[in-house]
Amino acid sequence: MISVKHLTKYYGEHLAVDDVSFEISEGHVYGFLGPNGAGKSTTMNIITGCLSATDGKVLIDGHDIFDEPNAAKKLIGYLPEHPPLYMNESPLEYLRFVGEAKGLRGAELSAQVNEVIEKTGIANVKNRRISALSKGYKQRVGIAQALLGNPKVIILDEPTVGLDPIQIIEIRELITELGKTHTVIFSSHILSEVQAICDQILMIAKGKLVAFGDPEELQRTLVAPNEIILTTDATEDELSAITAKVEHIGGISSETDGAAFTVAHIKSEHDDIYALSSAIFRAFAGSDKVIYEMALKKGNLEDVFLELSNSAETVSETAPDDSAESEVNEE
Amino acid sequence: MIAVLKHELRTYFHSLTAYVFGAFLLIFVGIGAMMYNLQAAVSNFEYVFSFSSLIFVVIVPILTMRVIAEERKQKTDQLLYALPISTTQVIMGKYLALLLVYLLPLCIIATYPVIFSQYGEVYLITSYGALLAFFIMGAALMALGVFISSLTENQGFAAGIGIAVILFDYFSISLAEYVSSSALGSAITLMVLSMIFGWVFHRLTRNETLSYGISLTLMAVIFATYYFDSAKFEGLLPDLMKKLSLFDRLDVFINGVFDLTAIVYYLSVIVFFLFLSVQSLEKRRYN
Repeated sequence: MISVKHLTKYYGEHLAVDDVSFEISEGHVYGFLGPNGAGKSTTMNIITGCLSATDGKVLIDGHDIFDEPNAAKKLIGYLPEHPPLYMNESPLEYLRFVGEAKGLRGAELSAQVNEVIEKTGIANVKNRRISALSKGYKQRVGIAQALLGNPKVIILDEPTVGLDPIQIIEIRELITELGKTHTVIFSSHILSEVQAICDQILMIAKGKLVAFGDPEELQRTLVAPNEIILTTDATEDELSAITAKVEHIGGISSETDGAAFTVAHIKSEHDDIYALSSAIFRAFAGSDKVIYEMALKKGNLEDVFLELSNSAETVSETAPDDSAESEVNEE
Repeated sequence: MIAVLKHELRTYFHSLTAYVFGAFLLIFVGIGAMMYNLQAAVSNFEYVFSFSSLIFVVIVPILTMRVIAEERKQKTDQLLYALPISTTQVIMGKYLALLLVYLLPLCIIATYPVIFSQYGEVYLITSYGALLAFFIMGAALMALGVFISSLTENQGFAAGIGIAVILFDYFSISLAEYVSSSALGSAITLMVLSMIFGWVFHRLTRNETLSYGISLTLMAVIFATYYFDSAKFEGLLPDLMKKLSLFDRLDVFINGVFDLTAIVYYLSVIVFFLFLSVQSLEKRRYN
């Protein structure tokens, strides 16, 4: 559906997007995740034809966005970071204009405008001035605009930023709803949000694509090493004797709390942390020692996200203070 | 293009802009007609256009200042970039809407010569020739206004620059009498113009090397020409000011001559500035 090949964008000297390539297939909700200034908006602006690329290619259903912009743009509905709304108009007037510009006429135009108004739930404000609407409604009008012309792909740039919690939930529900009929790509810097509604995640940091996959897969392959925290009455020597026979232990660090307890942090080499914990449990059962407490600490995507963002920072040549500038540029 | 045109027209007629523009034009032409045709009982309607052309200094910037600057300010230019229409179509749609807003009061004005002819001898052909020239000259000024609006996101700035430029153009004929016709004066002025050109180029492209390059090359060429053959610059500045004056060419029509070269000149000015506006908008994609 969308294929991005070796996309690179320089703002003057500053490298905003660094050789990013990925393929997006039909019928998923994609989350574009990255900290502020990572190059999310820049990448989206290039995919939608609003910005030129320094190098690389973007194909929308086989149409090159730079060579055949009109054919490619017809397949995309885009909501930029700031909803591009004419404040003095009503949503109805605004949507009719966008529909016409997308080539809709007459009955088709009216039908589609009504349909998107219905879908985004703005029927009760459609005749008010846009400037008088709340932020949540403005965002909805922006999404409605993107839906006109029935594009195959909907691209939303940080659609939930600046909304109150109830509005955020409503917009998320709307995105999930849209995901059933369209391919949706939306960006966010909040991991939980992306995890909640996406079935594919693209992580971008410092202009580089650092991870791409479905949330479980990312969790499995990228997650920080799992850890078992164990409290026992065995001394440190006894503990190492007991665990010596257990396989897949990545390392143990332990400390003795007074005379009574030893607290051990056992790292797992195995993907399946439960297999390790039952092995340890059995080893203790065979000995004469007691486990007072055993806690499994699973790595989560949040850690991965932070780690990847940080590691990209050390890899990238751009100085950290460039990030502020890139954010300004993105806008 | 039609969508942009309709949208722009709705914006003009929903706000006061179109009405203020029309009212100013009608009032000024009305005053002119009263002074020349009614009070002084001159039968040439052409003189009214000569008198009222000054109003363009105010009304053209008022009408054109928001055209592109406002889109930038509201960030709606992003929408225009993302829609499946080309930048040329956007500019053409906007420009045609401006022309329609301008044509509306002119249609009312077009009835005046006919009305006057009921009460005396009015030479209709020169009247309408002058009206056509008046329309095309206004259209050329509007193309200039669109371009100025595309340079900034600040409407006030666009209006200010627009007024300054059009005012300068209006007075350039009278000023040409007073500016230095010496070779040195012309050379210095051209140097300053090269610098201004470099600045505008830099605003458009954000390419420092190229802007400095062009600006400095122009200045070097001027300097070299001046050094080797200063006679070339003799009287160049006043000449140039007369050539660039849009208002000067209107006078030919006022005097009852239908000057086709002037029409071609106005049309080239329109095409030139619309082309620059498209480039200005297109450049935004690159930085």
